[in-house]
Amino acid sequence: MSWHKIYGLSLRHIYLIRNSFPRILDLIYWPSVQVFLWGFISEFFTINSSYYNNTIGVILTAAILYDFLFRSSISYNMMFLEEIWSRNFSNLFIAPIKISEIIAALTMTAIFRTLIGLVPAVLVAIPLFGVSIFKLGIPLIFLLIALYIFGISLGLLVTAGLLRFGPSFENIAWASLFFLAPLGCIYYPIEILPSALQVVAKGLPLVHIFEEMRNILINQTVNSLEIFKSILISFIYFVFGVIIFYGAYYGAKIKGTLINIGE
Amino acid sequence: MDIKVKNLSKKFNNFLAVDNINFTLEKNKTLGLLGSNGCGKTTSIGMMLGLITPTSGEVLINNKNINNANRNELLSRMNFASPYIELPKKLTVRQNLEVYGRLYGVNDLKNRISEISTDLNLNNFLNKNTGELSSGQKNRVSLAKSLINKPNVLFLDEPTASLDPDIGDFVREYIEVYKSKNQITILLASHNMREVERLCDTVIMMKEGQIVDRGTCKDLVDRHGRDNLEDTFLKIVRSENELA
Repeated sequence: MSWHKIYGLSLRHIYLIRNSFPRILDLIYWPSVQVFLWGFISEFFTINSSYYNNTIGVILTAAILYDFLFRSSISYNMMFLEEIWSRNFSNLFIAPIKISEIIAALTMTAIFRTLIGLVPAVLVAIPLFGVSIFKLGIPLIFLLIALYIFGISLGLLVTAGLLRFGPSFENIAWASLFFLAPLGCIYYPIEILPSALQVVAKGLPLVHIFEEMRNILINQTVNSLEIFKSILISFIYFVFGVIIFYGAYYGAKIKGTLINIGE
Repeated sequence: MDIKVKNLSKKFNNFLAVDNINFTLEKNKTLGLLGSNGCGKTTSIGMMLGLITPTSGEVLINNKNINNANRNELLSRMNFASPYIELPKKLTVRQNLEVYGRLYGVNDLKNRISEISTDLNLNNFLNKNTGELSSGQKNRVSLAKSLINKPNVLFLDEPTASLDPDIGDFVREYIEVYKSKNQITILLASHNMREVERLCDTVIMMKEGQIVDRGTCKDLVDRHGRDNLEDTFLKIVRSENELA
């Protein structure tokens, strides 16, 4: 892999953000709205729920972590969609750049986009609601890694669909995370799900991430095995996403969609 | 670099877009690819660029198959310009050239951008967003992007489509001068017959996915008993089942 080329492709997206104030505002706006909304809900539950009454901000922390996942995945999809919308697709794919370099560039730039939106929201939550995700301590880093890998994996699967089926797959890009959210047990323990769905949910890293987040905040203990599991499962999804992406690329070459995808 | 196209076919479902075409484009020559809309020109170019996998046959560039592991090595010495493919509109011209310069691994990129911007008169709008440019300006930027890596093989798809005669002439003249000063093999797809006569050493006429005639412009005009290439083109595309 050439870092020079990865940097070149990342630069395209960094310039795009840097050139447009409304784009930056848009990146910051939605995570901040989420923090306000879930901040007030969190306060309400803290006062009125026996489950949450000992730990202020479990829901808000969950909302922030889920938004991190959501933003990283959407950032990935958005950058790919930008190439389609700008009709730049063929230029990109006739440049001497490997698929692995495209994946690496999108992965690196997605974190940049995600943090632009999320850092202000995380900082706003501290004085406004007295909630800091940093209370999760060192495990926070590993939980974020697991969330990011899974977010990127979902991004890869959706972009593979865009590559194979064209812009008509765009709606799936927006719907993908909402589909997984109920099974992710973001705001409630896994026991709430019917037993059959619990089996399915355990195959997602989200359950392990959010169960562990609640465990740390409510029980003040850290279960390293759960964190390890969440990273491992996320990584398996990532490998699966890469394989599907390569398959979609070769499929698109056979179908001829690389040359007319924006049309 | 030369290009050899051998028994190349492409079938999309039941539609045969390119039907067993064969030709050789010699090093430093310009070949015109002509034919009516939908005759298989774009699909052929797509296969030559490695964007479309052929159903059968092969494209050899300097005797290396574009669809094999050599693709990136070959692509670094090739490039493509088409008015139907755009550069990111929200990036300035300079930013777009910088991004593509990096993707093509261009050395001394700053000087290369400065050089090509001067040659193609881009300096007045280098810091303007690409989406804000006129068609003529966009066209020159697209040409600049296609030459950023000083390619040995250049694919041009209707390089002067939708340009006014003045800018069209500027682009044609630039290509002529660039070719005279550089080692470059060009494949030009165009519907402008005067442009083809001016720029191409040989031409290939395609119809319904097949090559139906080939030769120099003069050969074709003489063979079909017409006065110019445009009349020859019309005769060929309107005739039935004429094969080379």
